[in-house]
Amino acid sequence: MKNSKTLIYDGSFNGFLTTVFVAFEEKIDVVDIQRNTKGQSGLFSETETIFTNVEKAKRVWNGIRSKSHNAITNVYFAFLSEADGIELILYTYIQKLITSKNGKQLDYSDGIVLRISQLARSVGREKHRMEAFVRFQLTKDDIYFANIEPDFDVLPLISKHFRNRYADQQWLIYDVKRKYGIFYNLEHVELVSLNLKQVHFNKIHKSDAFLNDEYDYQTLWNDYFKSTNIKSRINRKLHTQHVPKRYWKYLSEKKETA
Amino acid sequence: MDFNRIQEKLNILADAAKYDVSCASSGSDRTNKDKGLGNTTKMGICHSYTEDGRCVSLLKILLTNHCIFDCAYCVTRKSNDVKRAAFKIQEVVDLTINFYRRNYIEGLFLSSGIFKNADYTMERLIAVAKKLRLEENFNGYIHLKSIPDASDELMYEAGLYADRLSINIEIPTISGLKLLAPDKKHADFTKPMLKVKNELIRFKNERKVIKSTPKYAPAGQSTQMIVGATGETDKDIMYSATYYYKQYNMKRVYYSGYVPVADDSRLPSIGSQVPMLRENRLYQTDWLLRFYGFAVNEILNNDHPNLDIDVDPKLSWALRNMHHFPVDINTADKRMLARIPGMGMQSVEKILNARRFKKLNWDHLKKIGVALNRAKYFMICDSRNWERKDLDAEKIKGMILQQSTGKFRNQYSTQLSLFN
Repeated sequence: MKNSKTLIYDGSFNGFLTTVFVAFEEKIDVVDIQRNTKGQSGLFSETETIFTNVEKAKRVWNGIRSKSHNAITNVYFAFLSEADGIELILYTYIQKLITSKNGKQLDYSDGIVLRISQLARSVGREKHRMEAFVRFQLTKDDIYFANIEPDFDVLPLISKHFRNRYADQQWLIYDVKRKYGIFYNLEHVELVSLNLKQVHFNKIHKSDAFLNDEYDYQTLWNDYFKSTNIKSRINRKLHTQHVPKRYWKYLSEKKETA
Repeated sequence: MDFNRIQEKLNILADAAKYDVSCASSGSDRTNKDKGLGNTTKMGICHSYTEDGRCVSLLKILLTNHCIFDCAYCVTRKSNDVKRAAFKIQEVVDLTINFYRRNYIEGLFLSSGIFKNADYTMERLIAVAKKLRLEENFNGYIHLKSIPDASDELMYEAGLYADRLSINIEIPTISGLKLLAPDKKHADFTKPMLKVKNELIRFKNERKVIKSTPKYAPAGQSTQMIVGATGETDKDIMYSATYYYKQYNMKRVYYSGYVPVADDSRLPSIGSQVPMLRENRLYQTDWLLRFYGFAVNEILNNDHPNLDIDVDPKLSWALRNMHHFPVDINTADKRMLARIPGMGMQSVEKILNARRFKKLNWDHLKKIGVALNRAKYFMICDSRNWERKDLDAEKIKGMILQQSTGKFRNQYSTQLSLFN
């Protein structure tokens, strides 16, 4: 086989798109695409490290978008799923988009197309969940603060929603698993990394980072949550289906059970 | 904030409001204005779910549970011996804003018992919404209850601040209403509905000419019916739902299985089971009417005045209309695809797209997510294996029931005796 390589990129979305660009341009027979943090190169294939180039990334982005808006969304969302081997599946997907007749992204009889659309859907669902399950706690510094631990890397996707909605308050949403957050300072949203001494679950134990008022509102919310339940209609299975247990520790209304 | 006082009021007035099932925060297009607080999303967001599995999207409370009426089905009827409370306008505003800022809710759903008279009550509800919009620059979702017999002027004003207006017809038949709510007339409910409908039409027309016409209830209006309080059939319920959808341009009609709240000889006694499965079947029917292109008389008519309990309404219809099947997945039009039991609208869209590329077989359909356990008896695809035995409807039903496990299956025996 000529020119078969495993390509290594920096883990960013632009890095991935650059890799796709290079692979097409140099007609590389791609064995695998891996993040540089993973570093499990194949035994017998050559590796090449790709340096992120925004211009090249943009050309791939525009290329896919000119095929279909729906496809570029799918590519981005599926990429954020961080699923094992997602890069190679996406690479194949993009190849198919470019070489097939228009509308390939709708060919759900194709295993790869269906898989990407399903992955994108899961990420979309997680995005929506985070828009719902973020629980801000007001700190003494007047910042509305929330910890999250989403299944997928959805912070980049929810930033716009929160900026549009909470335009008149400072807020910070921190992904505990991926160790970065987004902070809105009344002007714009920026990425931040913090040295969090403790994760602020919505614990019964009170932290002095927050005002007493904050705990009063949490109590009121918990009370509301309880009084709005109709006991004779209890359906715990449906409840956990909608609010999976892994999110409970961050939800103040579930703190007694988590 | 007088925490203890607020806490007590919230407990009483949230508890009293919970029988209103609507919690939708969808359908509005209000955006954040002048860097203020909040916006709405087209799809709506459920921020949590109660242990009974219902969405918590809005802060749903009564302004007060004092009421001059004595409707038998209602927990706040005046003859009921419950604790009464009333919020001040500012208290509701503060609670809404503080819950909203913490991302607990999409907005406020404010209803009320009727004190003094209809207009006085309606004015107070409007005052809360107005304060939120004008003083707090709050752009989140507001759902206001229309008070029966409220004046046209107030209904107009309400729509300027609310995203959605609703009035609950509660009892699907006029005779039932007379029996259980002797103080209310049917016309008291339809008057505000009609006004809202006309205003929505007026807004739509004026908007075409003057872009800056103030928004009027952008998420439309809805209503709710109680199921199983009087002896109405499923046909009565769905025909009257269809009437409200058509006549008053309802966005939604909600069905609420009656939760016994009173010892009253006119009603199911306290402790009787809430008809949740029946409610579920009614919602399935509602969906078939709104999204799947069914007409109500195809599903319910004089020969079939009630929905089947053991199978869903689409399957039930298909079993009665075997002459339409099998449908060829690769050639059938959208309308017929949607009528195959076990086939959702998402699958229909996927099939329509995918079959432009190749003929679909069982494997494709399975991966797309069609519920083949039901669908396979009603369709053919690009495969030589299909059910060719001439099965009759009873046989098919038996096989489907045998191979599947319904979530309500364990309730059939008791439920059946309840409804028949």
